[in-house]
Amino acid sequence: MAEINKEKLLWAYERMKLIRTFEDRVAGLFAEGKLPGFVHLYAGEEAIGVGVISHLTDKDYITSTHRGHGHCIAKGVDVSPMMAELYGKATGACKGKGGSMHIADVDKGMLGANGIVGAGGPLACGSGLMAKTLGTDQVTVCFFGDGAAEQGTMHEAMNLASIWKLPVVFVCENNGYAETTPWGYHCAAKDISDRAVAYDMPGATVDGTDFFAVYEAAEVAIERARKGEGPSLIECRGFRYYGHFEGDAMLYFTEEEKARNRARDPIESFKKRVLERGLLSEEEIAGIDAKTAKMVEEAVEFAEESPWPVPEDVLTTDVYVSYP
Amino acid sequence: MATRTLTFSGAINEAMRLEMRRDPTVILMGEDVAGGATLPHMEGEGKEAWGGVLGVTKDLVTEFGRDRVLDTPISESSFIGAAVGAASTGLRPIAELMFVDFFGVCFDQVFNQGAKLRYMFGGKAQVPMVIRTMIGGGFRAAAQHSQSLYSIFTHIPGIKSVVPSTPYDAKGLLSAAIQDNDPVIFFEHKVLYGMEGEVPEDNYVIPLGVADVKREGNDLTIVTLGRMVHFSLEAAEKLTGDGVEVEVVDLRSLSPLDEETILASVRKTHRLIVVDEANPRCSIATDIVALAAGQAFDYLDAPPTMVTAPHAPVPFSPVLEDAYLPSVDTIVATVQSLL
Repeated sequence: MAEINKEKLLWAYERMKLIRTFEDRVAGLFAEGKLPGFVHLYAGEEAIGVGVISHLTDKDYITSTHRGHGHCIAKGVDVSPMMAELYGKATGACKGKGGSMHIADVDKGMLGANGIVGAGGPLACGSGLMAKTLGTDQVTVCFFGDGAAEQGTMHEAMNLASIWKLPVVFVCENNGYAETTPWGYHCAAKDISDRAVAYDMPGATVDGTDFFAVYEAAEVAIERARKGEGPSLIECRGFRYYGHFEGDAMLYFTEEEKARNRARDPIESFKKRVLERGLLSEEEIAGIDAKTAKMVEEAVEFAEESPWPVPEDVLTTDVYVSYP
Repeated sequence: MATRTLTFSGAINEAMRLEMRRDPTVILMGEDVAGGATLPHMEGEGKEAWGGVLGVTKDLVTEFGRDRVLDTPISESSFIGAAVGAASTGLRPIAELMFVDFFGVCFDQVFNQGAKLRYMFGGKAQVPMVIRTMIGGGFRAAAQHSQSLYSIFTHIPGIKSVVPSTPYDAKGLLSAAIQDNDPVIFFEHKVLYGMEGEVPEDNYVIPLGVADVKREGNDLTIVTLGRMVHFSLEAAEKLTGDGVEVEVVDLRSLSPLDEETILASVRKTHRLIVVDEANPRCSIATDIVALAAGQAFDYLDAPPTMVTAPHAPVPFSPVLEDAYLPSVDTIVATVQSLL
């Protein structure tokens, strides 16, 4: 295992815990009828987003998916405007115009959750092309699901990134289901990462519930991209605790599978490992637990107290930069 | 024919079921149309399928099996294109494209392939397929899951487009669409799925290209479609109190378009409002205004007028989306302004 300093470990635990706390709270708020529309929760996949984004700065970009809250939090987006966005409030990260499925913060390099499966691949090639053309060392990570792996856009994007040697890392979050349709049914490949061979790029499959495995694989791929050596594909095998969206009764999961997933909780495994090895203390963990709980409660309070957007003021703004 | 109360989504399900029983070449494919049901890993769980994202195709896999009810990967270009290919070689596929917004991913297969094969091949091919897809706002589903993009397809020669507004119409129009020998896009408003209405038990067909006068009146014509039919009927009821009788024409088909019914109504009432949930530029609403201006100009006592969404994407926040969509109040006020 590569050496990870304590500061990074504390950061990683905080981000993972913040994602989990945020998502569990969102599930509750949705059930109470406080959140409109669709929410797709990231709980269970924390080690992937956080393990990868550990190696990025605010200047690096990510493209995300409909399941984007975790990517936002890992990339450092403030949970208060995030929560306000989920409520549809004027103080939301997107002024209430986008909602959960389009949550974004370009200043933090977060190019948006996305309502279209597989749409992030080509966009990631675009920010990769920007970095290459302008000669910056910025890296773009494209997160996509196992469902998106079957979209033509992803194949086209990986090929394009390879022929142009773009600084893009493709991270497939294989949680086993494209909505309800199991990966074993919708995917002809044994490993999604096997496809890397066809694009002449490195490919690896790692345990997406193991922060350290994701961290190590991402470190190699992101370094390669940063050095201008081209793209990589990392497949992270994991699971999601919640349904495709909230309100999905998850009837396509067997009980045995649910139990198996609970037994490999990414945050619990992380905690066990750092405690056993004395890398972090019980007190430090408890401190972060309290801090993240407070952050999420403050976010809910902020969202609840925020004003609604005023239709007359904002309904037709932000469509164009200028429009006579 | 015996009837009973059925939901809009139940009526669509029944049309597919009856057509699949009648014609073994009818198949259904789409993302999660079978859901988790009947796959090997679910054996013994005895659980029901998802049956489409909002349950419209529920239980069809139980009757017809996975050979005729096919879950697809999230690969719209390939399965919509496969429907075109299968239709041109002997099957009669129904492809479910979950949200109309997702046409962005597979548009080539629809408008360069499915729509044009027959013409390009000099009439030697036919493409008897239906694409069912969800439209409309009201779900707080934001800019990429709420559009009403039917006008784009109406623009394209070779495609028929249908927008039902009631359970009765939905069943009859879908049966007609499945039996039709051309590609038909069948636009289902997601907010209407739970709406109930009387629906005959047997199979029946409502011909494509025939509008329906949902309410008669002499003072003004509202031409509308989909969910806006109900908003318009509600507005018409409110106006009755003021002694105003509005006629409400439900287009049902956008292509072919029942020009005669529209023009006959405008010639009778001398006033026209088109109520359309979609954006206002280059749309079915502008098309119908042009039709009235061109062919009933001498009959018009007021400018043909549109009530539509603004020229902006669909917003997420409930307060914004409510202001975005045409409302009953706006329709009432617009009618009053033209009298």
